[in-house]
Amino acid sequence: MSLPQDTAEKFAAYAHPERLVSTAWLAEHLGSEGLVVLESDEDVLLYDTGHIPGSLKLDWHTDLNDPVARDYVDGARFAEVMGERGISRDTTVVIYGDKNNWWAAYALWVMTLFGHPDVRLLDGGRAAWVAQGREMTLEVPEVTSTTYPVVERDDTGVRAFKEDVLAHLGKPLVDVRSPGEFSGELLHMPDYPQEGAMRGGHIPGAKSVPWARAANDDGTFRTREELEAIYQQEQGLSPEDEVVAYCRIGERSSHTWFVLTHLLGFDAVRNYDGSWTEWGNAVRVPVER
Amino acid sequence: MTDTPTALPTAMSELAQDFHAVSQRERLQLLLELSQELPALPPRYAGQLDKLERVDECQSPVFLVVEVDDDADRTVHLFFDAPAEAPTTKGFAGILHVSLDGLPAAAVLGVPDDAPYRFGLAEAVSPLRMRGMIGMLSRIKRQVRLRTDTPAAGAAGQEHR
Repeated sequence: MSLPQDTAEKFAAYAHPERLVSTAWLAEHLGSEGLVVLESDEDVLLYDTGHIPGSLKLDWHTDLNDPVARDYVDGARFAEVMGERGISRDTTVVIYGDKNNWWAAYALWVMTLFGHPDVRLLDGGRAAWVAQGREMTLEVPEVTSTTYPVVERDDTGVRAFKEDVLAHLGKPLVDVRSPGEFSGELLHMPDYPQEGAMRGGHIPGAKSVPWARAANDDGTFRTREELEAIYQQEQGLSPEDEVVAYCRIGERSSHTWFVLTHLLGFDAVRNYDGSWTEWGNAVRVPVER
Repeated sequence: MTDTPTALPTAMSELAQDFHAVSQRERLQLLLELSQELPALPPRYAGQLDKLERVDECQSPVFLVVEVDDDADRTVHLFFDAPAEAPTTKGFAGILHVSLDGLPAAAVLGVPDDAPYRFGLAEAVSPLRMRGMIGMLSRIKRQVRLRTDTPAAGAAGQEHR
């Protein structure tokens, strides 16, 4: 039932080229049986101002986060979210979004927690589609609901909790926030001391690799060669390493998780979604500045 | 003894009632309409964002500036700049524009700081996204205080938080 892989030459070099599609591939396959396209944005209204024809909105706050606890939805709710979008376990899902696919990568990562087999990102996201002058619509498609199975969320493989990070200290950590956040300077916003975190800095030993280094100016991913130069040659990471990536709330680090896991083929990367809003507020965890 | 919430200015209160009268889904639609109705910057500010204050609480680049007339009421005028790719933030600006533009300075300063939560939007857009509107309101009030030489109430206490 899966749709064919995008055989674009750029993708062939990546470790898992089946995880990306180009705008040209998507334009060609829109409307195909077995394909559902989801838009996942930072801005909850952006989809409503115009979207790729046939696509549906998936909001990370209201659809993927538990409304009470700081956690993701459970298997039953996830099944509803998928089912009401006409997604089955064997559907090919392509996700795209604003801000260089931060939230699209986040949504893809959450779908990975539920083990959805075929979920891909649109290289370049919403911005690339718009920049190429491709069709957008205000029309929200009618969906025939499906019954998506209730699958238990598996947090063991690609998600790290604070305790996991404490046990991981000494092994590679990638801090994908801006340099100012990494150094701790950015918490000194005099007017708004109540926001963000109580402490500034980073988790001891973390390497600072701002997430955007993995993207070109147009939001598409850099080539494998360019990515290897950053993460492997410059930062000294190796595909066999156990790596934890984090940011402020886990969305930018989902982007880096995607790069390391699917583009460079690292096989033990976890995203610490608690990130600095947990670590920088936690009592007696080590902080480096 | 229960705390009675501080009353909102009339236009703001009416808009809040409009939001509460409809479903969550329609609230988003209303917010989208307000984002589309937000006036563009007048020529004296257009392209001159350095004359405006950036709202850091918004993840998108949003700028605002307040003017206060020299009339008896010290009438307040609000100007915003927000990108089209940030319709939610632009909608928040639209709410504040419809609610507060043209009011006397004293009325703007009297708006309770929790006003952004009175539109039933926290559930529709998620509480985390409300931060931008709270940031805009506090910056509007601060600019009004600056331009009218009104001392900030409780400012000394805030420094110790």
